[in-house]
Amino acid sequence: MGTGPDAESLEPKAFANTMYQAILFLPLAGAIITGFFGRALGARASELITCAFMLVAAVLSWIAFSQIALAHEAATVKIPLFRWLTSGDLDVNWSIRVDALTAVMLVVVNTVSSLVHVYSIGYMHEDPHRPRFFAYLSLFTFAMLALVTSDTFLQMFFGWEGVGLMSYLLIGFWYEKPSANAAAMKAFIVNRVGDFGFALGIFGVFAVFRTIDFDTVFAAAPSKTGHFMTFLGGQYDTMTVLCLLLFMGAMGKSAQFMLHTWLPDAMEGPTPVSALIHAATMVTAGVFMVARLSPLFEQSQTALNFVVLIGATTAFFAATVGLVQNDIKRVIAYSTCSQLGYMFVACGVGAYGAGIFHLFTHAFFKALLFLGAGSVIHAMHHEQDMRNMGGLSGKIPWTWGLMLVGTLALTGVGIPGFGGMAGFYSKDAIIDAAFVAHANVAHVYAFDLLVAAAFMTSFYSWRLMFMTFHGQTRADRDTYDHAHESPMVMLVPLIVLALGAIGAGALFEGFFIGEGYAEFWKGALFAGSGNTIREDVRHIPLWTSWAPVVAMASGFALAWVMYIARPAWPAAIVALPGVNGIYYFLLNKWYFDQLYHWVFVVPALWLGRLLWKGGDGAIIDGLGPDGIAASVQRVMRSAVKLQSGFVYHYAFVMLIGVTLIATVFAMPADFRHYVSDALSHLFGRGA
Amino acid sequence: MTSTPWLSITTFLPLIGAVLIILMARGDDAAAQRNARWIALWATLITFAVSLNLWISFDPKQAGFQFLEERPWIGGGISYKMGVDGISMLFVILTTFLMPLCILASWESITTRVKEYMIAFLILETLMIGVFSALDLMLFYLFFEGGLIPMFLIIGVWGGKRRVYASFKFFLYTLLGSVLMLLALMAMYFQAGTTDIVQLLKPGTFPASMQGWLWLAFFASFAVKMPMWPVHTWLPDAHVEAPTAGSVILAGILLKMGGYGFLRFSLPMFPVASQKFAMFVFALSVIAIIWASLVAFVQHDMKKLIAYSSVAHMGYVTMGVFTLTTQGIEGGIFQMLSHGLVSAALFLCVGVIYDRMHTREISAYGGLVERMPMYAFAFLVFTLANVGLPGTSGFIGEFLTLLGAFKANTWVAALATSGIILSAVYALYLYRRVIFGALKKASLKDILDLSPREIAILAPLVILTIFFGFFPSPLIDPTAASVQKLIADCQTGIKLAEAAAHQVAALTP
Repeated sequence: MGTGPDAESLEPKAFANTMYQAILFLPLAGAIITGFFGRALGARASELITCAFMLVAAVLSWIAFSQIALAHEAATVKIPLFRWLTSGDLDVNWSIRVDALTAVMLVVVNTVSSLVHVYSIGYMHEDPHRPRFFAYLSLFTFAMLALVTSDTFLQMFFGWEGVGLMSYLLIGFWYEKPSANAAAMKAFIVNRVGDFGFALGIFGVFAVFRTIDFDTVFAAAPSKTGHFMTFLGGQYDTMTVLCLLLFMGAMGKSAQFMLHTWLPDAMEGPTPVSALIHAATMVTAGVFMVARLSPLFEQSQTALNFVVLIGATTAFFAATVGLVQNDIKRVIAYSTCSQLGYMFVACGVGAYGAGIFHLFTHAFFKALLFLGAGSVIHAMHHEQDMRNMGGLSGKIPWTWGLMLVGTLALTGVGIPGFGGMAGFYSKDAIIDAAFVAHANVAHVYAFDLLVAAAFMTSFYSWRLMFMTFHGQTRADRDTYDHAHESPMVMLVPLIVLALGAIGAGALFEGFFIGEGYAEFWKGALFAGSGNTIREDVRHIPLWTSWAPVVAMASGFALAWVMYIARPAWPAAIVALPGVNGIYYFLLNKWYFDQLYHWVFVVPALWLGRLLWKGGDGAIIDGLGPDGIAASVQRVMRSAVKLQSGFVYHYAFVMLIGVTLIATVFAMPADFRHYVSDALSHLFGRGA
Repeated sequence: MTSTPWLSITTFLPLIGAVLIILMARGDDAAAQRNARWIALWATLITFAVSLNLWISFDPKQAGFQFLEERPWIGGGISYKMGVDGISMLFVILTTFLMPLCILASWESITTRVKEYMIAFLILETLMIGVFSALDLMLFYLFFEGGLIPMFLIIGVWGGKRRVYASFKFFLYTLLGSVLMLLALMAMYFQAGTTDIVQLLKPGTFPASMQGWLWLAFFASFAVKMPMWPVHTWLPDAHVEAPTAGSVILAGILLKMGGYGFLRFSLPMFPVASQKFAMFVFALSVIAIIWASLVAFVQHDMKKLIAYSSVAHMGYVTMGVFTLTTQGIEGGIFQMLSHGLVSAALFLCVGVIYDRMHTREISAYGGLVERMPMYAFAFLVFTLANVGLPGTSGFIGEFLTLLGAFKANTWVAALATSGIILSAVYALYLYRRVIFGALKKASLKDILDLSPREIAILAPLVILTIFFGFFPSPLIDPTAASVQKLIADCQTGIKLAEAAAHQVAALTP
């Protein structure tokens, strides 16, 4: 890197600026070209253009990663682009901000996105709307990049809603499917519920700090600790209010408990979309947000505890639902939901590094699992129900092997003190961090739930593997016979992701959470003075390190017994009287959809009709215009032709008014005085 | 002030077009109709081109009125006075911009009394521009009320089946407001001795004791125009019955007169009352946002749905304007301008398929994207702007008004922000039912995508909707100085009233 302000160092800087702009705008360019000219260019050209642009962006992202995160110097690159919005003291610019946290996200987003682009060439090859699909994928990537490179709350919100829009369009990509349309709408609307909080949070930040630029707000945040602000009629701790409001946005985007219902339904979209948006990138935006806003969250223990509470609950809840799902993609979707809960727990206990580390490794193995599932679905001619699969390992050995890698990584296979797959490093780091602060009830709760979730993660992951690939096949003869391995264009991205799933943990542990922490993050993740978690984690008892490993192993053992050794057991267990109720409770996802349907959808429709027919119709119109109109009409019918009669009446009234004013000016002075007096009686006396 | 009277030229150019139609398009044959259309189109296009000069020559640093013109008129202090400031100038541009689109949108759909139709529109344009540039109470009143006559006719003559009911309802609502405003105008004249708006805008012109009633009288008129809850029920009916271009003008321009009125009269002339009634306006605004959004959700008629969404969006305007904050007021103005583009575009979109299928029933459609991808794209952009997605013009206004509201009152902000959820519900639900789904209905099997004429109408709107989402400054910067002055004047007015009250208190033993 350049060292001084001499002429030599200017050139690399200019180059670097161009590079960051290229990272951001190449996907946008790809989207615009294929979106508007895709039909003229044809599907093949559209694929090549978007893939090429994405691959370049991905390579550049790794260069950026090495220059920002792996470099020794403290570096936050800021490139102002242009003015967005100025109103009074509000002044917002479009800009690119790259620090270590952004660099990590750039790598995650562009790597997975480019691999998904390439994979989609194979997966979507029969689809007539490929140019549109690739344009959407690239536009999504752009929005996601705008989100992670934002330097203000507002640009973050732009990216935030932008990825939401692209998620909506991609879930509903097969627009002729009613279920896809419903899922797309649900995703957007549930996210908007979160954004309701996010938006209020931004308003609050502006009200408190008079700016919405990150650095200014971060610098001023400590001075607001212990302050109170008025919100909804009460006085509350300023930072707690702001953080909780902002976190509501994170809960929506990252499908956390209560706002999670859209994510499983989002599986209606094409599988590459699920891998990119609903596993590796968009849904992690909430975690990114909390990490980015760590200078704010660190000022409010209440908000952090809430983050832990929600994260742990989600990790546990989603894992329980994942145990019994039969749709291969839904199992992975609930798994994603659960893993996001882990990341939030990490952030909530102050171990932001561990949270982002898990985000990083999870992107590899979860994208791998989704794309692997896509490969299975591709092989099985769009069959997604695992009850109609089984015994596929011989038919599609590559897919089987790669998904095995993903499963090993997700379940966190490894030996403490020795090493293991990617998930082993990151997930266990979170569980350790959750253990550390015994004094905090939220942390005890989190530790217990996370270990339980680790057990379930292992169980449902192996259940998926066994039901899909092992045992006797349950597929119909024809489908099974025609099951075929996917082409290389789909397998190569899987292999790349598998390498990440194997090595990303061991390779990057030192940087993200280990010895190189400070030099790697360079202050991008903030830790308050009381936050000693990184030191405390070194002193955890041995059994804590082994707890997740034991949970993982026993989950595997149970799955093996139930789906390989004793395949008759699952049905028998479900038939047990006590278990039966629990099974249906889980199968129906704790009845959240039903609950929301009856609590929100039905009343909204009812209220809408009531306000329309009752409020607007019967009351307002009935008492107002209709009532008057009816009587006026009766009178008028006899006198004038109704059709346009009142227009003349109106003109007449207006003319009278004008004449009236005009005559007032021509009035004798005393009469004029009289009118003036009358009017001032009406409106109050003038000076 | 001896320079070219650009404002008057802009205002009366359409009227010249109307005269030309009367002179040149005689008879009622196809040739006359064609002539009327072309004359109207050229008249509106030239007006738009001329009006752009106002925008270009406008000095955004100057807070006061520009392009001032004054001529003696009726006498007795009433003069013909015109001028625009940052608050009104862009509304003139919005009017002249939407007009050619309206003429184009009526090109094929209006087949009866084409000549009269075009004349009505041209007269309407003159009157609407006049509203935004009049600087004399009398002149303003003439334009303001006069503009409704062509609108009544447009709905009443070229409207749908229940056009009489709709325009009658419109009439009744407006009548009450007009009468009260007229009385208030006269009272103001007697108080100040002039009808010159520039004079009346001086802080402290109206004592606090008078402001309450005057404010309410004006409010009666402007609230109906907005329309605010609960005097909004004329709007859905008027929209449903109006021809497409009528809806465009109604939503695009006429609704803005209410908001403009608040900014020009209520706030600066009656600041004490405005402050006193702010909570009342907030309450009505929040009710409008939530109520209208819920009602929009259950509509079966596309135009009614969009009309109700207009009511909700105007709620943000009234809320923002009465926060008396820079963001709230600039956001309110921006929201009006953006809504002028977006709601106009949405009504044009409805018009596109109404012209093909002759129904506005949502259930008659479905799967249009299959046959009409270009239409689906345009409709998507406007739907997203309606939802207030960042990157569209719809976001900026909502964001700024809510930002202002948060400072004023967090309850108001929180309740109004729920509108961002509700707007997504009704707008996406509409989009899904019309555009997405399988194209199953036999009647839609050979529906055609946008014609070149329709592309010419919608393309500028698509471009502007996105452009102003990323570069809102051209619409915000010109307003800034005038808004600052407005706020300062309001505060001065309030202080003067307080000082006067103290004086009175000191005098009374």
